[in-house]
Amino acid sequence: MRRFVIGSARNLLHRSHQNSQFQRPLLSSSYRLLSSSPSANPSSSSSSTMAPPVALNNINPKVLECEYAVRGEIVTLAQKLQEEIKAKPESHPFEEILYCNIGNPQSLGQQPITFFREVLALCDHPAILDKSETQGLFSADSIERAWQILDQIPGRATGAYSHSQGVKGLRDAIAAGIEARDGFPADPNDIFLTDGASPAVHMMMQLLIRSEKDGILCPIPQYPLYSASIALHGGSLVPYYLDEATGWGLEVSELKKQLETARSKGITVRALVVINPGNPTGQLLAEENQKAIVEFCKQEGLVLLADEVYQENVYVPEKKFHSFKKVSRSMGYGEKDISLVSFQSVSKGYYGECGKRGGYMEITGFGADVREQIYKVASVNLCSNISGQILASLVMSPPKVGDESYESYSAERDGILSSLARRAKTLEDAFNKLEGVKCNKAEGAMYLFPRIELPEKAIKAAEAAKKAPDAYYCQRLLTATGIVFVPGSGFGQVPGTWHFRCTILPQEEKIPAVVSRLTDFHKSFMDEFRG
Amino acid sequence: MGLKALDYETLNENVKKVQYAVRGELYLRASELQKEGKKIIFTNVGNPHALGQKPLTFPRQVVALCQAPFLLDDPNVGLLFPADAIARAKHYLSLTSGGLGAYSDSRGIPGVRKEVAEFIERRDGYPSDPELIFLTDGASKGVMQILNCIIRGQGDGILVPVPQYPLYSATISLLGGSLVPYYLEESANWGLDIDNLRESVAQARFKGISVRAMVIINPGNPTGQCLSEANLREILNFCYQENLVLLGDEVYQQNIYQDERPFISARKVLMDMGAPISKEVQLVSFHTVSKGYWGECGQRGGYFEMTNLSPQAVDEIYKIASIALSPNVPAQIFMGLMVNPLKPGDISYEQFVRESQGILESLRRRARLMTDGFNSCKNVVCNFTEGAMYSFPQIRLPPKAMEAAKKAGKVPDVFYCLKLLEATGISTVPGSGFGQKEGVFHLRTTILPAEEDMPAIMSSFKKFNDEFMDQYEDNWNHSRM
Repeated sequence: MRRFVIGSARNLLHRSHQNSQFQRPLLSSSYRLLSSSPSANPSSSSSSTMAPPVALNNINPKVLECEYAVRGEIVTLAQKLQEEIKAKPESHPFEEILYCNIGNPQSLGQQPITFFREVLALCDHPAILDKSETQGLFSADSIERAWQILDQIPGRATGAYSHSQGVKGLRDAIAAGIEARDGFPADPNDIFLTDGASPAVHMMMQLLIRSEKDGILCPIPQYPLYSASIALHGGSLVPYYLDEATGWGLEVSELKKQLETARSKGITVRALVVINPGNPTGQLLAEENQKAIVEFCKQEGLVLLADEVYQENVYVPEKKFHSFKKVSRSMGYGEKDISLVSFQSVSKGYYGECGKRGGYMEITGFGADVREQIYKVASVNLCSNISGQILASLVMSPPKVGDESYESYSAERDGILSSLARRAKTLEDAFNKLEGVKCNKAEGAMYLFPRIELPEKAIKAAEAAKKAPDAYYCQRLLTATGIVFVPGSGFGQVPGTWHFRCTILPQEEKIPAVVSRLTDFHKSFMDEFRG
Repeated sequence: MGLKALDYETLNENVKKVQYAVRGELYLRASELQKEGKKIIFTNVGNPHALGQKPLTFPRQVVALCQAPFLLDDPNVGLLFPADAIARAKHYLSLTSGGLGAYSDSRGIPGVRKEVAEFIERRDGYPSDPELIFLTDGASKGVMQILNCIIRGQGDGILVPVPQYPLYSATISLLGGSLVPYYLEESANWGLDIDNLRESVAQARFKGISVRAMVIINPGNPTGQCLSEANLREILNFCYQENLVLLGDEVYQQNIYQDERPFISARKVLMDMGAPISKEVQLVSFHTVSKGYWGECGQRGGYFEMTNLSPQAVDEIYKIASIALSPNVPAQIFMGLMVNPLKPGDISYEQFVRESQGILESLRRRARLMTDGFNSCKNVVCNFTEGAMYSFPQIRLPPKAMEAAKKAGKVPDVFYCLKLLEATGISTVPGSGFGQKEGVFHLRTTILPAEEDMPAIMSSFKKFNDEFMDQYEDNWNHSRM
C-alpha cells in the first residue's frame, strides 16, 4: 500500500503547520526555490538529466500542503495490517481491523433503506417497469415513484447528462422537501445537485478565494475537508475555537475575536463555516445561538456556509435540528439580507449512502451575476451522477404516512437511528470510564471526540517516534487491538490538548468487543506510561 | 445593514475567466426557446441517450441488481434477470466493502481497477498496474485533478490543441495556468504539425512560461481525427525532448468510423518505442463510460492511468483523491462491465453484441451522412468525422454576414449559430467555443440524432444555410429573409 510521503518538501510545510493557528504559509517564494524548470533547449537530445515534468519538486505546492487525516497515515497502516492478517491470520493479536475512522456506515454492515434501493434499481433498468413479474419483486409505491421520477427525466434517459444544476423535477422535489422541513419556501433554481456535498464545498471555496489574503472562518475542531479545500484553493483558514468545556459551544464573541485578529493581519474574511450537527464534535446548536451567528454574518458581510449533512442524525430528544435557512427566514431575513449556502448529502443520516455520491447545495442571497458564475463552473463538469440526484430527491421526500412502504421504511429508519443513539451513549460512557479521558456527549452526527490527558512519559515516547502524541496513541491502539481512530490533530484542537475521533458506526453486536479491547489497551498503555 | 458578502467584483478572477461554450450562450438560448414551446434538437453535447440511443441492456441489469441486492435472494429474480447478470452482480458486490452504498478505496474498488488493468493489457499487449489506475467521477474530474497537480500558477503552460474540447481551456483558466495553443491543420485532415508545436513551445518559453504538459485528444474532439502510429511516435518523441508530461484523452477510443487508422493508445506506442523513452516519458491516459457505444454520460464514470510518474507524485495524487473520499460506486461497476465485457457463450452475449454493433454501425453511417450533408451546403466545407461523436464543419461566412454579426454585437459564428437555432431548432456550439484560426469559423454538432431523423435535420440545415448564404452574399438579391 502506498504511504503518504514525508518528503523534504512536505516536511518543510508540515512543520509550519504544527503551530495551532492554521495559517497557510506564504508559499510563493518557497515553490520557486523548490521547482526546477528544465532549461528551454528544444534541441537537447535527451531529457534524462532533466527533472521529470511531474515530480514532487514541481507539483502544485498547494497539493503538497493540504492534508486529509480521515484517510491518512493511520488508515494506510491499518490497511497494511489488514493485508498481513489476510496472508497470515496469527500475525497480529487481533483477528480483524475495526475501521472507526470514517463515517461510512454501510461498510460496517448498516443496511440501505429498501424503498430507496427499489426505486434506484427501477430507474437504473426501466425496461422492467412494464413487466408483470416486477410487481412481484418490487413494492407498488416504489414502482410508482420510479415512473414519476422517470417522467421528469427527458426521454426517461437516466444515462444522459442532465441540466448542470440537476434534473429540474428532482430539484422541485428537493425544494418541496426543504419547505416541508423548514416551513419556508425553497426555490428549485437555488439548488445545485453535486456528486456528494464535498464538491459543492470545493465550488464555494473556488468562488470565494482569490488569494491567501482571503480567509475562511472554520471551527476548530473541524472536518478536514475544509482545511484541505482552503489549502487547495490557496486561501487562509481563520480558526475559531469551539469550547469543549461547554459541550463544544460556539460563542459569537470568539467569532468576533478571530475575525478581528485576521483582519488586523490584512486578511479579508469572506465566509464562516458552521457544521451543524458538528463533525467531529457532534453538538447541535441552539436556535438562539444560530440567530446570533446569522446576525454576525449579516453584520460582517460574510457568506454563511452551513454544512448540514448530519441533519437527520440527532440523538438527544431535548434538541432539534434547525436549518440556518429556517433560522434566517424566521428572523425576517431574506435574499437581500444574508448570503447563505446550505449543504446536504445522501451519505449520512439514516440512509448512509456514501458510495452513491449524492448531495446538493442550496444557495440563497446571491446576485444574478454571481449565480451565473456558479452555474458556469457547475457546467464545466456537465452534471452530477443521475442516480445520486434521484437518491437526493428520495432523501428529501421519503415515503409518507399512508404510502405502502411507509411502515417498513419508518421501521428501518427508526431502527437505524435508535441504534446509533444507543451506540453513541455506550461509547461515550466507555470513554468516560477510561483514565485521563473525558468525552463530551454526541448529540448528533456520527462521532465521538474524546479528550485524552497523556502522561509526560507518553508524550516523550511520541516525540521519540516523531509523532504527535495523539497520533502515537492511535498507532499503539491500532497495532494492539486493530481499532482505527483518527488522531485529533487531523481535525485541529487547542494546542497542548489531545483528542481522537471515533465513529459510532461498528454494528451494535461489535460494540462490546470494541469497548473491552479499547479498555484493556488503555489500561496497559497508562500502566506503561504513568509517571 | 451589513455589506454584501459575495458580489461579482469580489469573485475569484479565475472563475470569471472560465468559458465553457458547450453549455454556454447557444445552449441557454436553446433552453429558453424550448421552454417557449419550440422543438429543439440538442446537438451541443456528446450525450447519446438524450437523443434516443438506448442503454445497453446487460450493464443496466447488473447495476440494478447491485442497487437492490435483496432481489438476489428472491426465488423469482430469474424471471426478470438472466443468470449471467445475476452472477456478475454477485461478483461486483463481492468486490465492494459494503455494496454500492459504502465509500470505496479513494482510487476506486481494487477489483475493478484490476479489471481495467487487464483490459489495458489485452488492448495494448503490455502489462498495466492497477495501483496506477484511479477511477474518477467521470474523466473530466480526472483531468481536473491531474492539471491541478501540474499547474502552480500563470508560469505553467499546458499545450492544448486548437480546436479543443473546452474542458481544457476552462480548467486551465480556473487553475490560473497558461494555455499554450498548437494549431491542428484543417486542410491536412486536422493533422498535427511538429514544427508548429515546437514554435508554440518556443514562443511560450520566450514569454517566460514553463511548458509542463501536452494534451492530445485521440480521437479528436471536436475534430474527430484519429492519430496514426507515426503521429503518436512523433508526439512521444517531442514530449521526451521537451520534457513534457503527455495527457492522452482517449475517451472516444471505441468511436472509430474508418479502417485506415484504428485506435492505438499512446501507452502502447510508448511501450513499443522501448527504453529510454518508454521508461521516462510521463503519460496520463483518460477513459470514460460516457462515450464509445455505451454513452452512459449520466453515470459519471471514468479513470486515468499513470505511466512513469514517481511513487511520491502518485501518493500526492492519491491524497487529493482521498479528500473526495471515493468515486461513485455504481459508475465503477459500469466501468468494470465496460472493460470486462461478456464473452461468447455467455447467455447475454449475443444480445450485447447486437446492441453494441448496432450502435457503432449506425454511428459510422451517421458520421458519413453528416459529413456529406455538410459538404453539399453552400460555403460549407467539412472534414470527415474519423472518430468521436462530432462534426465540425467550416462555415465560410460572407463579409456582409460578418458585418451583420458585428452590428448585433456577436462573434460571427455565434451569430450564425443563433440564426440557425432560431430557424431550425438545431442547437450547435459555435467554433469559437473550441478555438479556431483567426477569421475561420466553424460550428460543432454531434452525429448523435437518431438515424431516421438525420435526413430531415440535414435538409433543414441545408435550407437554412443556403438561404443565409444567399442573403448575405454580395451579388445576390435578397428579399426572402
